[in-house]
Amino acid sequence: MKKMKVILGISILAVAGFFMVAADHIDAPAVQGGTSDITDFYAFQGQNTDNVVFVANVQGLLSPMATADATFDENVLIEFNIDTTGDNVENLVIQAIPRDGKMYFFGPTNPGTTGLNSSIETAGAQSVVDISPYGSNAITKTSNGLKIFAGPRDDPFFMDFAQYSEIIAGNATGFNNPGSDTFAGTNVMSIVVEVPKGMLGGSGTVNTWVESKRKQ
Amino acid sequence: MKIYNIKLVALSAIIAFMAFSCSDNDQMDIQKEEEVYKKGNPFQAIYLQEDQMGRPAVNTVFVSSTSKDMFNTTIPSEQNSLFQSMFQTNLMALSPAYANPEDTNALGLDAATFTGLLATDVLNVSLDGVTTFFDGTNVLTGRALTDDVITVELILIFGGETGLTNPEYPTLSNDNVDANDKAFLGDFPYLASPW
Repeated sequence: MKKMKVILGISILAVAGFFMVAADHIDAPAVQGGTSDITDFYAFQGQNTDNVVFVANVQGLLSPMATADATFDENVLIEFNIDTTGDNVENLVIQAIPRDGKMYFFGPTNPGTTGLNSSIETAGAQSVVDISPYGSNAITKTSNGLKIFAGPRDDPFFMDFAQYSEIIAGNATGFNNPGSDTFAGTNVMSIVVEVPKGMLGGSGTVNTWVESKRKQ
Repeated sequence: MKIYNIKLVALSAIIAFMAFSCSDNDQMDIQKEEEVYKKGNPFQAIYLQEDQMGRPAVNTVFVSSTSKDMFNTTIPSEQNSLFQSMFQTNLMALSPAYANPEDTNALGLDAATFTGLLATDVLNVSLDGVTTFFDGTNVLTGRALTDDVITVELILIFGGETGLTNPEYPTLSNDNVDANDKAFLGDFPYLASPW
């Protein structure tokens, strides 16, 4: 294992500044700790198997106390991108943007322009749900065939990040068993939308990703 | 950051050109129209990308620290050509399981092929059935809340060819945290209530 440690030590130099906080939490200098920092993205078949569910989480590692004060940023657009043709360019978007305690969803709709700059696709179907306050039951809504939710949730991500850091720092040679979930007891701000598969092409495989975009 | 800047400059140039090319009357009309439109659409603005994510942990693990913001502001269709070789360099530096040219992971992917897959940071989602990052049978058909994605990635990074049954570096191939700290809900919105 001494050799392993040496190899890992070299790795640290090679991957300069390699520092990992989990799925996408605090992944890059420009966004870390800010309101546009995406922590995670999930996409899975719904309880109703005719639907697919998208989850975007932002603002990770919120303590319960911090969660009470956490809000979505009205200048930050969260955009689910769906490529239905296999070229990794979005053919459909679902946009979510908060205003006055409500989360507005637009789409799924074909965006006017693709890429780094977006406008709000107000030509797409508009669905609105009250943002669930901390300490209240989840407020959900069904609108235009979508189920929508926005508000604080338990961070669904789990990992022994602390031990991983020790390994990368050269202080440990492996994980512990059992490990310890560094994200236990922490919350995120979540946006969840459940979409009929028929709105996304119905069958086959789509490529999906989530983006945060700030008002200029 | 380069692309980001070029786009901003281009946008500024277009706006400046449009303003310059309008006569005074035209400009007033446009301003009026914009005001009306703003009333009708409180969200009217340009929104510029800051963060992007497809698969879990990709930017954090495979992108060098000075390039992380650039990766987040590169569209997926351009990520492979700009980042695949960086991904491969960082993977091979991180894991001795790819030390030999013939080395592969449990999916049979060598360092170049594996990083070629990951460099385009999108999450593939099947509309035809099981959606999971990896469940022993289905590979990259989605990402469920219960999926132990970090252990899957550790297996693919450190496990070698036999990573699923007999990983080459066993103590690096599983963080031994296999589930969330709260049970997920059976129906919408699926995520557990906050702490």
